[in-house]
Amino acid sequence: MPDQPVPDAGRREGALHASAALAEADRLMTVCNACRYCEGLCAVFPAMEMRRTFPDGDLDYLANLCHACGACFDDCQFAPPHAFDVNVPRTLAIVRAQSYAIYAWPRTLAPLFARNGLAVSVIAALSVAAFIAGFVAWHDPRALFAVHTGPGAFYRLMPHAAMVALFGAAFLYALLAIAMSVRNFWHATASPAGNATSLWQAMRDAGRLRYLDGGGVGCADAGEPPADRRPLFHHLTFYGFLLCFASTSFATLYHYLLCLEAPYPWYDLPVVLGTLGGIGLTLGPIGLLFAKGRRDPVLGDPGQNGMDVAFLVMLLASGATGLALLVLRATPAMGLLLALHLGVVLALFLTMPYGKFMHGIYRFLALVRYAKERRDTQAHDAGGSE
Amino acid sequence: MADPASDVDVLVIGGGNAALCAAIAARRAGASVLVLEAAPKFYRGGNTRHTRNMRCAHDAATDTLSGPYPEEEFWDDLLQVTGGKTNEQLARHMISQSKEMLGWIAAQGVRFQPSLGGTLSLGRTNSFFLGGGRAMLNALYVTAGRLGVVVCYDAEVIALDITDGVFRSATYRRGSADVLVRARTLVAASGGFEANIAWLEELWGEAADNFLIRGTPYNRGTVLRMLLDHGAEPVGDATQCHAVAIDARAPKFDGGIITRLDCVVFGIVVNRDARRFHDEGEDIWPKRYAVWGRLVAAEPGQIAYIVFDAPALSLFMPSLYPPIAAASIAGLARLLKLDPAALERTVAGFNAAVRPGTFDPSRLDDCRTEGLSPPKSHWARRIETAPFYAYPVRPGITFTYLGTRVGRDARIVMRKRGPAANMFAAGEIMAGNVLGQGYAAGIGMTIGSVFGRIAGREASAHARSAST
Repeated sequence: MPDQPVPDAGRREGALHASAALAEADRLMTVCNACRYCEGLCAVFPAMEMRRTFPDGDLDYLANLCHACGACFDDCQFAPPHAFDVNVPRTLAIVRAQSYAIYAWPRTLAPLFARNGLAVSVIAALSVAAFIAGFVAWHDPRALFAVHTGPGAFYRLMPHAAMVALFGAAFLYALLAIAMSVRNFWHATASPAGNATSLWQAMRDAGRLRYLDGGGVGCADAGEPPADRRPLFHHLTFYGFLLCFASTSFATLYHYLLCLEAPYPWYDLPVVLGTLGGIGLTLGPIGLLFAKGRRDPVLGDPGQNGMDVAFLVMLLASGATGLALLVLRATPAMGLLLALHLGVVLALFLTMPYGKFMHGIYRFLALVRYAKERRDTQAHDAGGSE
Repeated sequence: MADPASDVDVLVIGGGNAALCAAIAARRAGASVLVLEAAPKFYRGGNTRHTRNMRCAHDAATDTLSGPYPEEEFWDDLLQVTGGKTNEQLARHMISQSKEMLGWIAAQGVRFQPSLGGTLSLGRTNSFFLGGGRAMLNALYVTAGRLGVVVCYDAEVIALDITDGVFRSATYRRGSADVLVRARTLVAASGGFEANIAWLEELWGEAADNFLIRGTPYNRGTVLRMLLDHGAEPVGDATQCHAVAIDARAPKFDGGIITRLDCVVFGIVVNRDARRFHDEGEDIWPKRYAVWGRLVAAEPGQIAYIVFDAPALSLFMPSLYPPIAAASIAGLARLLKLDPAALERTVAGFNAAVRPGTFDPSRLDDCRTEGLSPPKSHWARRIETAPFYAYPVRPGITFTYLGTRVGRDARIVMRKRGPAANMFAAGEIMAGNVLGQGYAAGIGMTIGSVFGRIAGREASAHARSAST
């Protein structure tokens, strides 16, 4: 056709987007929607097929629905070096990371996402330092290195009420910030109201990482065939985290309902849960850090490394310091370990709304929306195949 | 990669479905196997890259197939699409062998999925690869590698030594070096010549310059030409190729499936002179899409324009490029560099000929024109609601029909000597035996898998008997 300018593959002139990554995601979804070969791999492509145009809110939803398994890149006949340059995992990873900042609450703290590795490290260091300084300032400095045993041993370094007030406040703040971020995301992506069915479906899909397996082949990494253990390590991390959370909750009940003061013997419920959780929270992040190193860099967003590593290291540090505290709690190392553990956990809670932790929240919301949409939409119409 | 072997039992030329099935089958039967793929690794696999499913006979529904597809029905379908241009003995053999293929292919690591979305009409007959043709290829390559098949990329075969009808060796170019490899048997699975513009020009003249090639630039037919020159008996119509009308803005090569346009039935199609030239509503689209490539190829400049209006926009699968849009027919014509008055006349004439009816895209409805030549027999609705849209289209060549004649054992038949001693062919290079013309979804993969496996087994058996 003479003189007619040829648009980039999938580029829609006049489509307005807030960022270059969103414009690229729109282009890719337009390409993919004309192909649809990947529709059996995960939830992203069936969700894409329910649309013909891709405004920013929908792209944020699709980006968070993507579990970054990478299968669609390996399977794509238009992936680079093809001129169409289709790299869905990387593009959605970039959009996803941007969406964390866009929906952060309060907006003034959104810049924490920009150099997240640095921000989290500084907050963690300050938090640990504050605990050490606090223990020393409150008591005779020698108390920090003394041996404390028996009920209430920890509270001789920091009164229980102070601990509850500090961590309760941090926890409530994190809950509020996350809830507000959820609200921002849900409104901006114009998601339909969820219901119990879609919530339950999303819990099952998230709980077993249903869409991290590339439709059953396993997730892609640098090897061929794929031999990625990310699902296993993610389960260790996630369920480890839940066990630790359960451990703390039971310990609180013990304290207030049963008037039993920590530390508890190794066979008691809070300690058993905490030990198992701590092991998961130690092994899981180590495995994920190694998997990260093995992964083909073409699949990911290099700008996110700092955020990813910071979160994994924080989880690992929470788990490892917790276990160390359990093992060494009757030694003079206990004081420092307690400061370290409490400092790391406090920083973890404070940075939760401003780091990689949010991936789980937004992905869960995307799964709820997908479950809802899927039920609402009848199987699709027209088309052909050769 | 270390230097591949220079002496093997079975040399497989090609890197697609047929080649890999042959390589895997030969290796499983104990032969040493070298695969020479002309394309670089990313583009490996020829047209298999762009496939999505295969058509195999089966007696009962499965996890991924919605119902039985008996051999006899498969045969009827083949007879219909080829208009009888098929070798019945060979075709029936393939159909009967296809029943085993679903299990065999799955055993090589390929995964299937139920047909979804826009392909429900094939859900009973065709098995869809999870992730499409490239995923299928990836699985076959992994399996072949695990079995010890050696694969060499960027390795185009430039010469075959065939003496007295017996294959001795092949020479391939690797970087700047020419490498000779001897083999006891040859499996040619290197596809057709659809990307060889010079060859297409021999048949189509200058019009071939305006063809777009839907697959990679590596389907050059080098090996096919060498085999024919060495006395292999040709089969299939040398002058025909499977061509569909695809978006004219698509790249010259490898635009694949996403440049297709499924909107012909919802509008009118005009040529460079803004005139209609064929019944756009002749039959349902799956039965007609393959006709339009040749129709457009016959028009001046090998270009045409699908013109439709706003209500039609969301009736078909979205495609790669946006349609060209304008507020008026004349404005649209100016964007398309057509004569505005001529296009207005054509649209007005068409609109005046449209009879009232009940529009129904899912069947042959009663919306048609009267007193118009050519008519539009179904789905004819006036083009009257702005914005008006157009897609420019050109012929997109999918594959060529010319190949080498083979027997039931996939053995190449020589013009003067009959069945070759140690040469086999599988896939598109011999598809013309079964598919003299036309096409049915997924049948290319059936031909490739079935004859690939047969060729691999036969080649291995021959190589091992020759070496003992």
